Amino acid sequence: MTAFEPSDITMMVVDDEQSVRQSLEAWFQDDGYTVLTAENAAEALKRLQSAQIDIILLDIKMPGMDGLALQDRIREFNKDVIIIIITAFGTVDTAVRALKAGAFDYTTKPVDPDELSLIVRNAVDRIRLERENAALKESLDHLQYIDDIVGESVQMQKVFELVRTVAPTESNVLILGESGTGKELIARAIHMNSKRKYFPIIPVNCGAIPETLLESELFGHEKGAFTGAQYRRKGKLEMARGGTLFLDEIGTLGLKQQVDLLRVIEDREFHRVGGERSVKADFRLICATNTDLSKAVHEGGFREDLFYRINVFTITLPALRERKSDIPLLAEHFLRRHATAMNRKVEHFSSEAMELLQQYDWPGNVRELVNAVERAVVINATGTIGADDLPLQMIRAPRPVHSDSSLAEVERRHIQHMLESNGWNISRTAEKLSIDRATLYHKIEKYGLKRPE
Amino acid sequence: MHNIRLIPLGARPRDVSFDQLCRDIEMIIPVRITQQDLPSDIDFALDASRKQYHSTELLARLLMTNPEGVHKIVGITPYDLFVPVLTFVFGQAQLNNRAAVFSTFRLHNEFYGLPHSSEQLDSRCLKEALHEIGHTYGLRHCIERPCVMNSSTYVEDIDLKPADFCLTCRAHIQSLF
Repeated sequence: MTAFEPSDITMMVVDDEQSVRQSLEAWFQDDGYTVLTAENAAEALKRLQSAQIDIILLDIKMPGMDGLALQDRIREFNKDVIIIIITAFGTVDTAVRALKAGAFDYTTKPVDPDELSLIVRNAVDRIRLERENAALKESLDHLQYIDDIVGESVQMQKVFELVRTVAPTESNVLILGESGTGKELIARAIHMNSKRKYFPIIPVNCGAIPETLLESELFGHEKGAFTGAQYRRKGKLEMARGGTLFLDEIGTLGLKQQVDLLRVIEDREFHRVGGERSVKADFRLICATNTDLSKAVHEGGFREDLFYRINVFTITLPALRERKSDIPLLAEHFLRRHATAMNRKVEHFSSEAMELLQQYDWPGNVRELVNAVERAVVINATGTIGADDLPLQMIRAPRPVHSDSSLAEVERRHIQHMLESNGWNISRTAEKLSIDRATLYHKIEKYGLKRPE
Repeated sequence: MHNIRLIPLGARPRDVSFDQLCRDIEMIIPVRITQQDLPSDIDFALDASRKQYHSTELLARLLMTNPEGVHKIVGITPYDLFVPVLTFVFGQAQLNNRAAVFSTFRLHNEFYGLPHSSEQLDSRCLKEALHEIGHTYGLRHCIERPCVMNSSTYVEDIDLKPADFCLTCRAHIQSLF
């Protein structure tokens, strides 16, 4: 698994001598780096504003603003770029000044090829370490969100089992589930438990990006590929190198993008928009959707061959209303998280509030629950979240009573609802219903109620 | 079949068998090598203070020869080469273009105070020729050690790499023919 290539590094040669710019440009292009040039400070600053530059090779003696002044100016707004001073008029004094002002290294022209290679190799090593460090930090940030996958229900235990099974493999995974059920969290959990965990997971919401921009967003583009493409830009496929690409709302992908994606999956390489050189693809693909893809295939809106490629392993996330027994656990978890984040001493839900939480159908699923708890923590003044702290639509939500039902039907529905709300814990459900366990067993048998598999 | 023209610049490098070099290159890449002698004055590229020849100017001169039916032009010179910012170069090529040049000046063992070795000189010449030709076919420096496109800044680097392309670079070259 290679996560770093010379083409990932962009250099800029700033020198007033054309022959120097040309020879360094050719020298580093041979090594595979992306090289820009500027003949004076003004041009260099302009390029810095419009391109992500990693290493600057800077001449000191230039007409107008000299190299040291330019270095100071760059440092005012960019602390990260590596500056290497190469000058024909080197003195100990200028070298010391340059290094004190933050230059990475300093050498004099003409420079020995081996010395120049070594200096640049050291600079690239530092960039690699910094990028790995940033990726690791990002991974740590995401770890806390993986803690948000909470659930003791049978349905969620099944999901966890599937995650544990598929994570260490390289299989493509399709995650199905309604909006707000936590599809991205599951994708991150799979990534964090795979051997690709030290490389990034790159999420792309296919539905949020206009189709005209999606191609460039996914595949990147070469300089001049289209109007406005002033510089080469890496796409998400390249950014996911070594890691995982998470395509959310895959069902919204246009037919052309479907063909392009299929080709990448099959050939394991792709071309940037406007590019001739093929780029190796090295990512694991996880897709998610809240639409019925097989129906889309049937209706011609989604390619069948792509569907089978991405649907190697499927994980279906239950809606929150299908796992109501997890609601107390989830609510308590989000209460702790938000109370800590806001530094508020709110520790409990009143029994009435918890009952409302469990009765509500949560069309927005866990995401809606998170928002409801966060809102309650904000407005609560007593330390215990009551019914009044919850959103109005929950308080006013109609109880699941059907006017055209018989008494027996109403009883059956109510018992089923209470069993589901309490995770089929017989003692707890009997207690809530104010009946004994034997009566509850009798009613379960009478109405033919069954615990979900 | 692609035709590559090998042109001595300034003088024919001593101790180098041109016929052998052409045959060796043809055995490694499917091209036909022909030789052509040019007028030997290359003083226009000389930097008297450095006592070296500017390789970029030699490339420009090679392009001016513009031989018909020839896909690539490779200059070979016994003189030391430089580009302005570097102390020396073993050679220079136009990436994915037509011309390349390399020098035998630093390929002789004698340059390093060692006894002459025809075998090493031939091997180094072949590797330098393949390396620069590779650039003209669009190959960049390869990170694989066992590949002639691996970058060399010391003569020892040249000795360490093989006179052949790695699988990836070879696949690239073959895809062009």
